[in-house]
Amino acid sequence: MNGHAPGGAMPMAGAETLPLAVSAFGLVKCFGDVRAVDGVDLDVQRGAIFAILGPNGAGKTTLIRMLATLTVPDAGRASVMGHNLIAAPHKVRAAIAMTGQFASLDEDLTGRENLLLLARLWGFRGSKAKARADDLLEAFDLSEAAHKQVNAYSGGMRRRLDIAASLIVTPGLLFLDEPTTGLDPVARQGVWRMIRDLAGAGVTILLTTQYLDEADQLADRIAVIDHGRKIAEGTSRELKAATGSGTLHVALTDAARLGTAARLLEARLGGKVQSSAEGARLSIRAATPEQANEALASLLAEGIELADFAMGSPSLDEVFFALTGASSATDEGTSG
Amino acid sequence: MKEPADDHAPPAGIPVRRFEPVARPPAPSAVSNALVFGWRAVLKFRHVPEQLFDLVMTPIMFTLLFTFVFGGALAGSPREYLQFFLPGILVQTVTFNAVYSGMNLSTDLGKGLFDRFRSLPIWPLAPFAGLMIGDVLRHLIAATIILVIGLILGYRPEAGILGVLAAFALLVTIGFGFGWVFIVLGLLIRTPTTVMTLGFSFLFPLVFASNIMVDPATMPDWLRAFVEANPVSLMTTAVRGLMGGGMSLGQIALALLAPVALTALLAPVTLRLYRRQ
Ligand SMILES: Nc1ncnc2c1ncn2[C@@H]1O[C@H](COP(=O)(O)OP(=O)(O)OP(=O)(O)O)[C@@H](O)[C@H]1O
Ligand SMILES: [Mg+2]
Repeated sequence: MNGHAPGGAMPMAGAETLPLAVSAFGLVKCFGDVRAVDGVDLDVQRGAIFAILGPNGAGKTTLIRMLATLTVPDAGRASVMGHNLIAAPHKVRAAIAMTGQFASLDEDLTGRENLLLLARLWGFRGSKAKARADDLLEAFDLSEAAHKQVNAYSGGMRRRLDIAASLIVTPGLLFLDEPTTGLDPVARQGVWRMIRDLAGAGVTILLTTQYLDEADQLADRIAVIDHGRKIAEGTSRELKAATGSGTLHVALTDAARLGTAARLLEARLGGKVQSSAEGARLSIRAATPEQANEALASLLAEGIELADFAMGSPSLDEVFFALTGASSATDEGTSG
Repeated sequence: MKEPADDHAPPAGIPVRRFEPVARPPAPSAVSNALVFGWRAVLKFRHVPEQLFDLVMTPIMFTLLFTFVFGGALAGSPREYLQFFLPGILVQTVTFNAVYSGMNLSTDLGKGLFDRFRSLPIWPLAPFAGLMIGDVLRHLIAATIILVIGLILGYRPEAGILGVLAAFALLVTIGFGFGWVFIVLGLLIRTPTTVMTLGFSFLFPLVFASNIMVDPATMPDWLRAFVEANPVSLMTTAVRGLMGGGMSLGQIALALLAPVALTALLAPVTLRLYRRQ
């Protein structure tokens, strides 16, 4: 059925001949009346870090679970690592690994036992299984906690162990569902670094995130989904460019004039101002630099002093809010 | 987090380390998969020994209460009653035991642990086979503890060690058969306590309206008809026969009826439910 994908062969030739890591068409999944995923097409290149960005309930988890053979789609078709998702789930499973949104570890066992269990299930025997578990514990900085039961682990340690558990055998494609949710900034950077390392080793990564900066930092390509539909896709740069114009950022010396300034800018430029109280900053889309100039002039004419101003391309936040039509970002989004 | 991640920053939490790709070893057999899950069950005994306490506390209380409170009235003397009661309490122990494994399964499924197992290229039934291995061990451990307590209180298995071994083999088979009922419940129901409540409401009538505690000879006809056809009674009769001597092959065949039927019926249902999720 799938146009490409020459059967189950694992071609060793040049990258161009390999099928896409994911090629999905019209995927649908309903839960009762809720269309959790509502006709999503997705192509993911081999070796890429691909981010699926969307708010709570957008359908990220459902989409990724379908691609990882954990949920059967109601409609649509897909091939994952060259194997048909519906017809050959076992072959798909041999080529992928998944770290779910919530840790899938045995809380009663120790970290090492969790990894040993999985290593043995993959077919490592005796001392090889032990070596594999110990290697992973070391790579994820968990050697010291190896013999502690997982229910005594911190959130960050759990996350690391959960990701390590997905890497017993290096997968061709790794699904990571919100890999850094709930982690502190240091742990988060650690996971980012690890994701880049894996990608460097040739593993295709398909991750979901609610954090714009995460998608911006990590991903080669981003798909934005909302209400089960893909509403945009491209590189971070493309998404920003597609929002069209640039953005005018101004900082006022006098926060009391914020309201007046916002009204003036909106009157001039016809968009909606996003403000952040801290530092008395405003930003608004401006179609051209000339218009931005005029708007600045009108502020000065009103006697509003500027501490700073800049014309920049929109941040991914702004792109996201423009796409989803959500209300103003105000002070949301950029806090880590 | 406004500042971009610095690629050259010192390692944060995770040491700098290039990931060497690790290839997949030859695929293991279904049996090997199942044994690994059995090993998991053994590890659970080691880390959560309290679970055995849950399993043996009720039967120990039953044994003590029935023997000393009712024993004299029911059988003339506590000693004689124990002789009658102990094989029955073993049957009760393994059937109640099966409820706990359904609860454990429901807990596991609720935690997403099985998502990991289901995304592995392994024999799909291996986790259940492992569960069963754990159950068998649990049955054996619990039955041994109860037997030892019985021996201390003065119970004597007249058929000797061979009789006891045969009885234990039958008990494990009974537990295995009942196990499917609770695996199916565990798969269907996401709240472990509901599994327990449902399980016990199903088992209580079976266990109490049986010949475990009293001889049905004194019961009204309608009740006696039920008690005598009750699979739990058939099992108890066979276990009594095996441990006390005087068993017949017919009794054993009758005792095996329910476990065999349950396995034949519910193993395919289990696979269906598991695949459907
Ligand atoms: N098992 C289920 N049963 C019923 N509804 C479900 C189920 N799983 C998901 N849904 C619904 O499908 C929609 C999409 O959920 P999903 O978990 O895929 O979103 P998400 O993008 O991963 O959200 P989050 O960021 O909160 O994890 C939601 O409306 C959710 O309520
Ligand atoms: Mg989710």
